[in-house]
Amino acid sequence: MTGLPVLSIMTWAPFVAALIVMFSARHRPLLVRWVSLLGATVSLVSSLWVYCQYDYAAAGFQFHEEFSLVPSLGISYLLAVDGISILMCLLTSIIIFAGVFASWTVKQRSQEFYALLLLLVTGVYGVFVSLDLFILFLFYEIAVLPMYLLIGIWGSTGEVRPQGIFGWAFGRTGVGTKEYAAMKLTLYLLFGSAFILVGILALYVASGSQTFSFLAYEAIDFDPTLQTWVFLAFYVGFGILAAIWPFHTWSPDGHASAPTAVSMLHAGVLMKLGAYGVVRLGLGLLPEAAVDWAWLVGAIACINIVYGALSAMAQTDLKYVIAYSSVSHMGVVMLGAATLTASGLNGSVFQMFAHGIMTGLFFALVGLVYEKTHSREIYKMGGFGTMMPGIATAFTIGGLSSLGLPATAGFVAEFLTFLGAWESNYSWWLFPAVFGAFLTSVYVLRVTGQIFWGPKSTDPHFQHLPDAKGTEWAALGILVFVLLLFGVAPSIAIGPIDTATGPLLQRLLGQ
Amino acid sequence: MMEPGYLALAAPLLHLLAFLILALVAPLRKAGRAGAFVSILCAAGALTAAINAWRAHSGDQISRIVWTWLPEQGQTLATVGVLADADSTVMLCLVALVSLLVQVYSLGYLHDEPKPALGRYYAYQSLFAFSMMGLVIAPNLLQLFICWELVGLCSYLLIGFWYQKPEAARAALKAFWTTKAGDVGLLIGIVLLYRQAGTFDLTELQVLVANGALPLAGLSIITFCIYLGAVGKSAQFPLHVWLPDAMEGPTPVSALIHAATMVTAGVYLLMRTAWLFALTPDVLLIVAWIGALTALLAAIMACVQNDVKRVLAYSTVSQLGYMMTAIGAGFAGAGFFHLLTHGVFKALLFLGAGAMIHAVHSNNLSDMGRLARSMPQTAIVFIVGTLSLAGIPMFGGFLSKEEILGAVWEGGLVGPFLILMVVAFLTAFYMFKAVFLAFFGLAPSHAPHPAPSHAALSHPHDPPVSMSLPLWVLALLSMAIGVYFTFTHPEPEFASPGWLMPAAVGVAVAGIGFAWLVYQRRVISADGLARAFSPLYYAAENKFWIDAFFEKVIARGALAFSRTIAWLDRYIVDGLLNAISAWTLTAGDDLRGMQSGKAQDYVYGVAVGLLVLLLWVQFA
Repeated sequence: MTGLPVLSIMTWAPFVAALIVMFSARHRPLLVRWVSLLGATVSLVSSLWVYCQYDYAAAGFQFHEEFSLVPSLGISYLLAVDGISILMCLLTSIIIFAGVFASWTVKQRSQEFYALLLLLVTGVYGVFVSLDLFILFLFYEIAVLPMYLLIGIWGSTGEVRPQGIFGWAFGRTGVGTKEYAAMKLTLYLLFGSAFILVGILALYVASGSQTFSFLAYEAIDFDPTLQTWVFLAFYVGFGILAAIWPFHTWSPDGHASAPTAVSMLHAGVLMKLGAYGVVRLGLGLLPEAAVDWAWLVGAIACINIVYGALSAMAQTDLKYVIAYSSVSHMGVVMLGAATLTASGLNGSVFQMFAHGIMTGLFFALVGLVYEKTHSREIYKMGGFGTMMPGIATAFTIGGLSSLGLPATAGFVAEFLTFLGAWESNYSWWLFPAVFGAFLTSVYVLRVTGQIFWGPKSTDPHFQHLPDAKGTEWAALGILVFVLLLFGVAPSIAIGPIDTATGPLLQRLLGQ
Repeated sequence: MMEPGYLALAAPLLHLLAFLILALVAPLRKAGRAGAFVSILCAAGALTAAINAWRAHSGDQISRIVWTWLPEQGQTLATVGVLADADSTVMLCLVALVSLLVQVYSLGYLHDEPKPALGRYYAYQSLFAFSMMGLVIAPNLLQLFICWELVGLCSYLLIGFWYQKPEAARAALKAFWTTKAGDVGLLIGIVLLYRQAGTFDLTELQVLVANGALPLAGLSIITFCIYLGAVGKSAQFPLHVWLPDAMEGPTPVSALIHAATMVTAGVYLLMRTAWLFALTPDVLLIVAWIGALTALLAAIMACVQNDVKRVLAYSTVSQLGYMMTAIGAGFAGAGFFHLLTHGVFKALLFLGAGAMIHAVHSNNLSDMGRLARSMPQTAIVFIVGTLSLAGIPMFGGFLSKEEILGAVWEGGLVGPFLILMVVAFLTAFYMFKAVFLAFFGLAPSHAPHPAPSHAALSHPHDPPVSMSLPLWVLALLSMAIGVYFTFTHPEPEFASPGWLMPAAVGVAVAGIGFAWLVYQRRVISADGLARAFSPLYYAAENKFWIDAFFEKVIARGALAFSRTIAWLDRYIVDGLLNAISAWTLTAGDDLRGMQSGKAQDYVYGVAVGLLVLLLWVQFA
């Protein structure tokens, strides 16, 4: 470890900010926001610094930090980043930075809200930079658990009518309430992390050495049968967080109930933890099993893409549309990973980034629209473009990126994934993937057209609506800028990604 | 002389500059006309650059400049840049010219728009011109696709410019979705081709094809997929449905995007990849037949329209079918030639129609009549455009139209040739129907429909100079092209038979004469004509039920299907999860009953357990 422990600074800055918020900024809402912003800024600067200082020619893991925590078990605090994690850290920084602005108007118990949000972000950073699987798992849990409180306290409740053969269970579980959404999300993700823990412990035992180090495991060729089962455990465990079908149903309810910044972080960053886990641990440590299971991962991803898009099309609640679009877009991420090709993997990681930004933007916008209209019912709104041109424009740009329009980040990601899909061993994946992109254009523009670019609603509540103002612009401006920047000049992201996917691919195919 | 490539690049970049200024400098955009002037200034610069690029370019010389856009594992996956050759530079000139004229024209046409809306309009216009030019000079299929999508976006934005009008908002969506459906094919085609050839670059692909190094297996599927993109963009049957509805946008937009430039992108794409399509004659045959069918259906539908813009829209569809048929016959040059001349005179016709609409505040032909007296300039330029479209010697469409007919004949496609001859007759007929009804014939007060605004109608007059200047430029250019090609026959790619030219002109003149008999002299009753062809008339009025099929069957079907999926997700996939949770809760409740706290219950439990164990040990 030489020089500044920049990864630790990045990871723990939000945590420190959370402590300050909790213990010294009580009842001073403005100070709470400034401290949080400061914490987010420190992380943002650190991640930018890492992005710039990373030695792309040397590639591999850099910025190592290590000290032993529990020597008897081989647990150590081991941090380092490669090209993929650099980009993911950058994504996290951008989203939390924008998220602090997006929650500026939270009134109820705002210091607790900010503290939990920052705690969660520490967990996210931790997962992206940890190379010790035990520590990684700890961070993973830190990232998941604050969600329960964030949704349970600050969330919003909807209504779902019981229908169908399982309708009797709805009253029992409280479907539609925020408590239900929070509980479902937490239980589901913990259920997944049980699989992850089993997988990690299996590797620990099988490695025969006293270490949880990713680098050590990478050098071991695990037994094929073990690989098969551990991969499956990782796939299900992390996959639940990445909303793979049919384990995705926590995500629409969770996103719809969560407050703005939480949805942003959750869909924008947390779901990427799942995909990241599959790529890093599944593909990275278990290459043979990854090749064997590719058919399953890809096929489920195709279901995600089309099924998510179709479900999104039928929704009438704006938040549910965006939530289901995440299910669909995460399918693109998983599909890219399953192709096991250079283009596909690049596309997968690029889509993690692109989707993170665009869905962050979407949820920020939905939050703004809700704040001004107190409605999420798409078909009651209409013609807001004249009243809130800024929000309308940002929403349209987000939508265009979502449907994969060139010059936005979404296009590059999808195009690379399509290339990879056709090059893979299962070239038919291309067709559902492209079809899903078309469906996206249908539902995204339908919603955009209905809310913003259509005839004006006659509802008296919607006659005088203000556009975004002040700090609200900050979140929108940052996200739109990033979305367009990465769409116009994709090489700024492909550069880092390439350095990581190249060696990964060699491991996958070089057996 | 500068490298033509850089000059060609300067043209779109100027438009991009205008767009960025208007997009980012909000006060300028909200100032309306000031923003418009910035945009027009850049457009003028772009035209200069384009013309210079065209002049700087000589013979078969190709100027190609590319930069890496998307790297992959140290290699270059995709580039961006410019490919300036004879075809792309002349197309660039067309785009630059029409977009400049349309921007000038819009100053007059959109005079009453609120200022911020006008600024927004010019921002979209600049973005469109940038994207279209990027498409034209694209050195590879990926850049072409990127710009292809961007022009589609601009089309969506501009059709929906008056988005408070429900029809406009709907038409914008319809246009985007329909063309996007075709783009799905194009995207698949490009991905497949990349796998086959290992490159997106047009020049490299051409070399591969010339050396016979491109594997032919499955190539038909690839070219067909690429063609699907062209079907959507260039409004070929059955995806032509969006173009007539796109007329809900402002008329100058229709002139630029939906007549002269964007809709011809499909034809341009096929022309750019003609050497690839030449390897797949089966696909070319499909292109030709679909083209001819499109031309015929659209011409028939144009005959029954009363909205002048819709007549022109169907006419555009029909002419695009013409170009496609020529390409399908294997003579892409003929199709491209018609694309250029059509771009000029169809823009003229649309702008002329805009002047009429501006004057009478109605799109409907029955609200017009005897406009030749009150709007002589408009009448002259509109008739020039109409004669060009009909393919009369000395006018713009002459030769290009004849060359298409010759190409189709030479290609051995007798069926499409005969269809196109019928279409030539119909084209002259419906266009002169519009001319006679609007400019001559009866005054609108005798028309069956009452005029919407008598105050406006009583004083229709020629448009202001910002509108008439572009009209005259285009009219003179149409004439110049016509005269030039009437006297100096360029060497065609093929020798068409001698009877073809007189026959083609004869058919057009017959169409004009018939229109004169029906709508000017009224010796043949229009109603009687409609009765005589009543099944066809009925079908054409209902747009051959193609729109209805898409709206009622495809769209509703998709929506119903999506609702089913969403229902299944909520009540079965998620329902099962809820059921499991509920069962768990219930099981917990029930099992809690066992914790009764009574010692005798526990003793019973132990006894039963022991018994089971003993039995198990005994028998297993």
